[in-house]
Amino acid sequence: MSKFFSTRAGAWAGFGAAALVLFGAAPLVLSGFRLGLLAQFLCYAIVAVGIGLAWGRGGMLTLGQGVFFGMGAYLMAMHLKMADAEFRGGAGAVPDFMELAGIRELPAYWVPFASPVFTIAMILVLPTAFAVLLGFAVFKRRVKGAYFAILSQALAGAFAILLIGQQSMGGFNGLSRFRYFFGYNLDDPVNQQMLYFIAAGVLLVVVAVALQLRRSRYGELLVAVRDAEERVRFLGYDAANIKVVAYATAALFASVAGAIFVPVVGIISPASIGIVPSIMFILGVAIGGRASLVGPVVGALAVAWAQTALSEQFPSAWTYAQGLLFIVVIALLPGGIASIAAATKRFRKEPATAEAPA
Amino acid sequence: MSTNALTCTAVSVDFDGFKAVNGVDLTLERGEVHFLIGPNGAGKTTLVDAITGLTKYAGSVVKDGVELRGRKVHHIARRGIGRTFQTAQVFEQLTVAQNLDIAAGAARPALSLLRRRTALPEHVVAVMDQIGLARHAQTPAGILAHGQKQWLEIGMLLVGDADVLLLDEPIAGMGQAERDTTGRLLHDIAQTRAVAVVEHDMDFMRAFASRVTVLHAGAVLATGSVDEVTNDPRVQEVYLGAAHEQETADAATA
Amino acid sequence: MDLLVGQLFTGLSTGSILLLAALGLSLTYGQMGVINMAHGEFIMAGCYTAYVVQQVVGDAGVSLLVALPVGFLVGGAMGLVLEWVLIRHLYHRPLDTLLVTFGVGLVLQQVARDVFGAPAVNVTVPQFLRGGVDLLGTAVPKTRLFILALAVVAVAAVALVLRFTPAGRRIRAVVGNRDLAETAGISSRAVDAGTFFIGSGLAGVAGVALTLIGSTSPTTGQSYLVDAFLVVVAGGMGRIKGAVVAAVALGTFQAVFETYSTASLAKVGVFVVIVVFLQLRPQGLFTLRTRSLA
Repeated sequence: MSKFFSTRAGAWAGFGAAALVLFGAAPLVLSGFRLGLLAQFLCYAIVAVGIGLAWGRGGMLTLGQGVFFGMGAYLMAMHLKMADAEFRGGAGAVPDFMELAGIRELPAYWVPFASPVFTIAMILVLPTAFAVLLGFAVFKRRVKGAYFAILSQALAGAFAILLIGQQSMGGFNGLSRFRYFFGYNLDDPVNQQMLYFIAAGVLLVVVAVALQLRRSRYGELLVAVRDAEERVRFLGYDAANIKVVAYATAALFASVAGAIFVPVVGIISPASIGIVPSIMFILGVAIGGRASLVGPVVGALAVAWAQTALSEQFPSAWTYAQGLLFIVVIALLPGGIASIAAATKRFRKEPATAEAPA
Repeated sequence: MSTNALTCTAVSVDFDGFKAVNGVDLTLERGEVHFLIGPNGAGKTTLVDAITGLTKYAGSVVKDGVELRGRKVHHIARRGIGRTFQTAQVFEQLTVAQNLDIAAGAARPALSLLRRRTALPEHVVAVMDQIGLARHAQTPAGILAHGQKQWLEIGMLLVGDADVLLLDEPIAGMGQAERDTTGRLLHDIAQTRAVAVVEHDMDFMRAFASRVTVLHAGAVLATGSVDEVTNDPRVQEVYLGAAHEQETADAATA
Repeated sequence: MDLLVGQLFTGLSTGSILLLAALGLSLTYGQMGVINMAHGEFIMAGCYTAYVVQQVVGDAGVSLLVALPVGFLVGGAMGLVLEWVLIRHLYHRPLDTLLVTFGVGLVLQQVARDVFGAPAVNVTVPQFLRGGVDLLGTAVPKTRLFILALAVVAVAAVALVLRFTPAGRRIRAVVGNRDLAETAGISSRAVDAGTFFIGSGLAGVAGVALTLIGSTSPTTGQSYLVDAFLVVVAGGMGRIKGAVVAAVALGTFQAVFETYSTASLAKVGVFVVIVVFLQLRPQGLFTLRTRSLA
């Protein structure tokens, strides 16, 4: 069956089915509240697709995706706050949380975010550029594997700390209480549903991009770099460039996910973007199957759902479960659920080939 | 066009005071299979590491009039120097065809990489035939036999238009038939290229070498044709001398 | 002048704390390339060990002296178990080891929460370590002096063991050339387990020491883990010398940054310094020169 999906027709069929479920079935079956939850999970899934590319195919264990997710989220939040303030008090008005914190004048770096165009441009460009810079700084110097993982984690930690200290970014509490999203009232359930559709659409786009990258020559090159980086260099390629592309793409996906997350969930704070959330993104990808296309999506959705369902009722048990999942899945099933699927496919084929002469 | 493909002059590699390679002069010419032999630790692989840019060295390595010293690994590779490793480094998860296609593509424009491959370029197919792996085009490299992996690795250098090939123990672990095949392949490819082979196996050397350079303790001990080198008394001493010393020591303590 | 002395001392003090936390990690990371994300929880275990010992012993001074070796044993035992059950199966998969040990850390944190509760607990500082000492015009807390001395002793002990004991020689042999050491008859398995024991034991000791300057909670270890890793990365894999220099340097940078800005910006500043440093010297401060491709 997966052979069918490897063909072009199969891919279209897969997307069609997914679109049917996401756009057709889900809104009919799920209540507004649950649809909102699903939208949130879809945001995590978008991040996971990027990680699947950078880690699964590229071998770069990035423990700092929270940084890019956070960048996209905070950039969107800043605009929403500015728009709300403008609506209340006219142009140049100070957002409500700043007034409460005693900040009378709008800090200079907030000003341009009144413009929706500028904000969207920044959401797409800023984290990506940052990832490119960081990627070059690190990969050109052949810092890889574990060092890279630790540096990315330290980055997430530093970023969260930085934000906690910034009162003009909401400090510890972050930014919340958004009223409008590009003119649409966020209290209106119709608009919430629209946000869900946006999240679903972006997820499909992101998966399509990942699919193309995987199937292209670049995708093969990425796997080659993952498995034998020195050999790739000795063939005349600059492996750093190859890695940077995957890393920057993952950053872009995470940023967009963060930007959608903000109006869906209604709050962004440093607690969602530091070291622990960053490594939690990894868990979903690991469970689903880091090197597969759909695995990260499925894994992210499953973990997000479990988190929502269990963490409040059984906080202790859920933490144990998370820890055990990390241990068991990575140690015993590094390919995730997707590898079980592949293994059963091979198992079913073997009896046939065993009969053929060697 | 000069037949000198690669000229090494006074190459020295110093690891914290230990001279792994000590003032080596070496010329590789097109049309020859040049064997680099010597005992373990003689500096053969280190010399190859230096030439290909992996290790820092003093001295000079010139290819087609261009100094290679100080350049990055992938730049040197682009200039037509290809090397293999003692354990064949191929991309195990990818098929033979994919391996070769990637190897052929270092000069491709970057954006073209974003598209799927539609067909294998002609010269890739030709090389696949030359190395005898045409039947295995869709086989993942990881499940190839050991000898086939070595050939694939050599093939990857050929599709990349390498005209100076540095092969590190290409027949290690091969049976006799595979060795003969490899030897003939080397002669085949040496017709338009310079091929250097780091090896231990004396029979293989006698059968397929055009010229031989013997390294010992990082320095060139002798260089010349197979006969000249095997009859050189210094070479004989180095290869036989260690055994001789052991005999004398055993006799003394007996 | 006062300010300078104060800064220098704070830098040394912070550095010595970092060093204690990172010393064991330098051994396990450098020895086997194993990234033990549960190292922070081993530190935390040391903290709680000091707490429990004090509950049992009562007198703060005696309990401290008892807790130090007990903390070493507790940390070491945990490390040994972890190595035997999980890590030795994952030696060729360093990134996966990182994630697996992170899972272990999560579990350990939750255990601490379930056993000791989430709120922070405190260990009473012994009488002889209360107050400060006047050093070149600045008041220097005795507890921090103690930690500084402890760090020096720990580094000296590790260096002496590595250099002069047979066990230490075996460790150095395996780090230098594993295959060669095995052919010489050294069981690299046993050496690995032993190194992990010592490294994790040092984490336990660090935990005990940390109770002198702060309270203990299930997440205490986490706050030191990233810093400890950065020290190891900047110092060069497995080089004790490197860890010492890196810890002191980073501690000093942080102290200096903190005087001119906030604590959070100081952390960011340190991170930037490390990234820049790795640009110039990606292998860290000191390295072992080996002829490997990595």
